[in-house]
Amino acid sequence: MPSELTLGESLAARGVSRRAFLKFCASIASAMALPPSVAPAMAEAMAKAKRPSVIYLSFQECTGCLESLTRAHQASLETLIFDLVSLEYQHTIMAPSGEAAERSLHQAIEENRGKYVLIVDGAIPLGDPGYGTVAGQSFADIMTETAKGAAAILAVGTCASFGGLPKADPNPTGAVPVSHIVKDKPIVNIPGCPPIAVVMTSVVAHFLTFGKLPDLDHLNRPKAFFGDTIHDRCYRRPFYDQGKFAKTFDDAGARQGWCLYELGCKGPVTYNACATVKWNGGVSFPIESGHGCIGCSEPDFWDRGSFYQPLPMSLWTNRGKTLAAAAAAGAAIGAGAAIASRMRQRKLVEEK
Amino acid sequence: MELLDFARGPGMQWSIGIFVAGVLWRVLGILLLHHRRDLSEPRVGGAAPLLGGAQKVVRRLWPRKEFKERNLLPTALAYIVHIGLAIVVFGGSFHLLFIKNLFGISWPALPSAFVYFTGAATVAAGIALLARRIIDPVTRLLSNFDDYFSWFVTLAPVVTGLMAVAHFGARYETVLALHILSFELLLVWFPFGKLMHAFLWVPSKARTGYVFTRKGATS
Repeated sequence: MPSELTLGESLAARGVSRRAFLKFCASIASAMALPPSVAPAMAEAMAKAKRPSVIYLSFQECTGCLESLTRAHQASLETLIFDLVSLEYQHTIMAPSGEAAERSLHQAIEENRGKYVLIVDGAIPLGDPGYGTVAGQSFADIMTETAKGAAAILAVGTCASFGGLPKADPNPTGAVPVSHIVKDKPIVNIPGCPPIAVVMTSVVAHFLTFGKLPDLDHLNRPKAFFGDTIHDRCYRRPFYDQGKFAKTFDDAGARQGWCLYELGCKGPVTYNACATVKWNGGVSFPIESGHGCIGCSEPDFWDRGSFYQPLPMSLWTNRGKTLAAAAAAGAAIGAGAAIASRMRQRKLVEEK
Repeated sequence: MELLDFARGPGMQWSIGIFVAGVLWRVLGILLLHHRRDLSEPRVGGAAPLLGGAQKVVRRLWPRKEFKERNLLPTALAYIVHIGLAIVVFGGSFHLLFIKNLFGISWPALPSAFVYFTGAATVAAGIALLARRIIDPVTRLLSNFDDYFSWFVTLAPVVTGLMAVAHFGARYETVLALHILSFELLLVWFPFGKLMHAFLWVPSKARTGYVFTRKGATS
């Protein structure tokens, strides 16, 4: 479908009714905590907007982010995601392969230079160019080259946003997030393992409606979705406030839905919208299924101790060695100080 | 590495290391000092001096009647602070997680509401003690940096802990990090300031009581 068509024209051509489009806009406005009155204005602005060209690059990733996106529970959204944008390149789901695919990438870059939205999924290895290549070009070079002509970059998933699992200690490939390589373009991080699809849709919708990216927090995440912790919005929060905690995953407290803080839940330090948007068709989210939040939308979540280690617990591992060394040092200094004192006393006595 | 990761990892490692080394240094440095032998004939022999030492430890738990009027309130406030700290540290469910993680032992936690109330009472008593220290010309004259800083590092973890459970003041991860860091500051300062009385008050009182009883003096 040619990118010259406005979004409204392309939706009409695909048989999407105005009612369905308004419903989509209302759901996006609601998800971004915008007032309901914004929905018609959003629909009007988006209908007139040209569908932005989107290049979707995948690097060190597991395709979970794309799975989350394409299998989003809002079926109409899934369709609209691909009607909303003109997806020029995504090597997992595009029809061309090999040289034809690479040609379409370069063509998309040239034809839409300065205007396309670049979506990146996965971390980028800097340890050795050979750790990740496409058509003989390293991931880092592809990233740099493609970012040059982008209007904005969406780093989708924790790997692209913060390095994620590939960057976990000892980071054998020297994996880095997008923001480590690209310094001169606006970057929106949409972390999560996987991320919530509606967040990405909303960012694109916001970009089309207002011509700018939404407000971001200090980690470049959209505040509308990452402004509160999981804990703030958790339905088990009252049990935390009452001091009622499940001690094991199958005890009486767990069965009564008590707080999972003592079982390692990272909800209090994790900013994401899981507790409000939820997963699986709005059925539940991890805590509702009886498992604590693992903090997957936070930087370095993989290296912050066990998922089952409560937040008050120390991350200090080599305790025996440290304590033995400290005790030996303290005892030696104490004994040394006492001996020095005895010698000084003896000297004073001898001088008398 | 974020502040919370530092507090839970290297910060905890270094502060506990300094605490252990510092306490052993102070305790062994005192115990191994040369103590001149008392060659005089004991006025009271046998087990009496030992009993006198133990009695002094117990008697000093409450002010003598001559000083009761002046010292009753600060003594009571000090008890609230000390007992309150013990309840908060050894009764709070989150602290028990920390203790279990460190030492592998645990026991049932006290009700959270009771622990939070005790923490608030501890802070209030601590502030009252500080006010008295500043208002009273004698204690003000006797006080130095050690007194004020020891007061600060003792109450800072309680205040930040209450803030953390109430999700008050800043983002939870920041307040929790400040809470852990304030506890680590307490550990680092502990062996080198007046907080060391936790280890030294029993042996020092007992020794004084022993010596005085041996000489036939009341203590």
